[in-house]
Order: sequence, then structure tokens, then C-alpha cells
Amino acid sequence: MRYIEDVVSLEFDEKLCNGCGMCAAVCPHAVFELVNRRASLADRGACMECGACARNCEQGAIRVRAGTGCASAVLSGMLSGGEPSCGCSGDKSKCPPDGAP
Amino acid sequence: MTTSTGDGAPTLERVDDPWVDGSLHTDAGDVPRVRTILSASDRLGSMKARWGIGRMDYRVTPGLYATGNPSAESPVLVSANYKMSFDRLRAVLHGRDAWILVLDTDGINVWCAAGKGTFGTDEIVRRVQSAALDRIVSHRTLIVPQLGAPGVSAHGVRRSCGFRVVYGPVRAADLPAFLDAGLKAQPEMRRVKFDLGDRVVLIPVEMVSGGRYALLVAAGLLLLGGLSSGGYSLAGVRTIGLTGAGLVLGAFLCSAVLGPVLLPWLPGRAFSVKGAVLGLVLIGALIAGGGLTDSRLHVAAWVFMVPTIASFIVMNFTGASTYTSLSGVVREMHFAVPAQIAGAVVGFGLWLTGLFVAGGLGL
Repeated sequence: MRYIEDVVSLEFDEKLCNGCGMCAAVCPHAVFELVNRRASLADRGACMECGACARNCEQGAIRVRAGTGCASAVLSGMLSGGEPSCGCSGDKSKCPPDGAP
Repeated sequence: MTTSTGDGAPTLERVDDPWVDGSLHTDAGDVPRVRTILSASDRLGSMKARWGIGRMDYRVTPGLYATGNPSAESPVLVSANYKMSFDRLRAVLHGRDAWILVLDTDGINVWCAAGKGTFGTDEIVRRVQSAALDRIVSHRTLIVPQLGAPGVSAHGVRRSCGFRVVYGPVRAADLPAFLDAGLKAQPEMRRVKFDLGDRVVLIPVEMVSGGRYALLVAAGLLLLGGLSSGGYSLAGVRTIGLTGAGLVLGAFLCSAVLGPVLLPWLPGRAFSVKGAVLGLVLIGALIAGGGLTDSRLHVAAWVFMVPTIASFIVMNFTGASTYTSLSGVVREMHFAVPAQIAGAVVGFGLWLTGLFVAGGLGL
């Protein structure tokens, strides 16, 4: 199954990559692959913006607007005038502002 | 009931939990040993949580636990304190000696907690230190579930407490193979899927969370059904009102069940589009099958309202799915929410008009 692809915010700077492979290991959708000891974007459109790759890239070669692709979170963010906030914990005050760049 | 102690030091009350079977003496204190065979009450608890019953308070006390008879060389597996996450992990460790380090994630599962940051670098470092893990194991490796990675920076953990993070497989079921292969994951173990079974288990909790709003709307239509140009009548409640309530609940239930089940086959990428198509098919089938004997105005009203309801319900399933991005959801809501509001206003307007126009035009 594929979602809306052309709006994905994932950016990867190959020049900063040291080939550690963490991005490929943590990605749940095989967005990255290792080619000749360098990471490369194999399937950018499959990115769900979970942010795992960016957080685990020691070189800072990856940028993504991480957040939860959840309509009710976006809706509650719209209604409260803030960032999308995932209310699945049942206690919204405990949610950090997910989706902040 | 368990209590959170704030620190991860082994505490006496953890020993009283039914899933604990004695304790293990270590240089850094006693560590509770957990059972690796799930009991009937563990299974019942999971089932209840799937239906949203007690789901927000289904947790275990954070801290270090043991399975079997772990030594200083045994692997350390990190988990969340949502009891379903913890149960999945200990069940696959049957017959193995291991340590389980449970983080305090407010009773939220690994992936969601990682998205919120509660399953995160700082919490791992805190738990490693409060459990005095460096005195319990001789190695310096933590096996963290892959879906914890959105909240955890492996290099951050290494810098802060000296432990190396190795990301384990997505599914606990693959953990034995991962451990036996020397902490190597097959590519398949790193992929998140969204199979029929994965989708179906999510239906109950989605139904429970949306159900109260559907009941509210249905009750509203039931009462409004009594309105007419000739005043309020119970006959109207019993006919138009009851039909309206039934259609709202029917549209809700069909969308909440068929949306997730048929997800890959419904056309469109946007969930709101998939839902609208499902709604059109539902109302089309109802009309074609002669199941809707209302006035023409009311039939027209339902042609707008059923797809609108279905679009909204299936759009909300994005939060339960495993592959939707925030950018994509924002994009689809940009066109879907105005369209849904328009559909609801037009549909409800036609329905209200139908109550007052004599015979609802033509019937």
C-alpha cells in the first residue's frame, strides 16, 4: 500500500553520509538502501516521516518534518490552533508538540 | 495494581505482580523474574485493551526484569511499560535467559511512545543508570525494538551512558531468530506491514472511540425526525427519525469495519477518498436494492450524508495505519475537510427541508 508521495518532507544530503547504515536499519519502509557503503534514497515516496532515520544519523545528513500521520491529531491541532497533537495517550497534556520541524 | 516508583530500582511491590515468579539476586539488588508463559488473565487483558477497556491504564512498573536465569553475559532487551508490549516480549523469551529493561512510557506502546519521545534517549539513559545495569551485565549492548528508533538516538545513548544500541526486529515474534543469528535482522524483519490481520485487530478500538459520536448524531436525527410542518409527532420519530438513526449507525459501522478490511482495494491514495467511494457504493447499493423508501429529498440527503460519514471515518483510520505521513495527512485534509463539511451541510439541509416540505417532494 502506498500513500500520498509528492509531499514527503524527507531530505538526504549524500555528501555528509559516512555509510554507517543506521538509516537503512531503522526505516520500517526500506526508504534507504546501502550502495557501495553509502546510503541512498531507494524509495523516498514510501517515507511516513516517523523521523527514526534523522534521529539516528550521527552525521546530520537527514532532515525530515517528523510527526504522526494521524487525521484526528491534525484535526485537534487545527481546532486548538496549535501543532498536531496525538491524543492517543488519553492525556493530551502529556503530548509533546509532534510535527514540529 | 502496580505503582510507578520513579526510579528503576527493584521494588518489593513488583514481586507481587501475577506475572512475576520470584526474584533473582544480583550485585545491584534483587531483580523480579517474569513468567514467559502468558496466563488466561494476560490474554483477557489484551483482548479488553483491544476493545478500549482499561487500555489507558494497562501497564507494568518500569525497571529491570529477568527471564530464566540470566548472567552478566545475557542480552538486555528494552521495552515499554504498556502491558501488551511487555507481554509480547516476555512470551517470545520462553526458555531464554535475558534481561528486560522496561521504560516508563506512560503505559503507551513502543511505536507511539517513540513518536511522543517518552520512549526516548533520555529515558533509556535514566533506566540504565537507576537499574545500575553496568554492575549487572559485563557487556555494553542494549537491544532496542526498531519501532523505538523515532524516539531514540543510538549515538546519544552511547555518549550518555556507554551502552551501544542495536535495533532489534519490528515484531517480537522475530526476536528469537534475531538473537540466534547474533543480533542480525533479515530485511523482512525490518519492514512494517499492514496485513488484513493487522488492520482487523484495530477495528474494535476505532469503533469504540468513534461510536459515542455516531450514537449522538443518531439520537439527534431520531428526535428531529418528529418535526414537520404540522408540528411534532411521534409517528415521525418512529418512521423518519428511526430510519435516520439507523442509516447513521449503519454508515458508521460499515465504514469502521469495511474501511480497514477493504483498505488496499478501495481506490485512491487519500483515506478520505477511499471512504467517500465506500460510502457511495453503500448508499448506491441500498437505493438499488430498494432498501431506502424515503421521500426523494431524503434519498438525496443520504446520497450526501453516507459518503461524508464514510469519508470522515476512514480518514480517521490514518492514525491507526502504519504508512501514512503527517505531510500526506495534512495534504488530504486540505481538500477533504472542506468537502466533508460541505457534504454534511448540504445533506443535513436537504434532510431538514424534507421534514417540512409536504410529502418531501413527490412521495
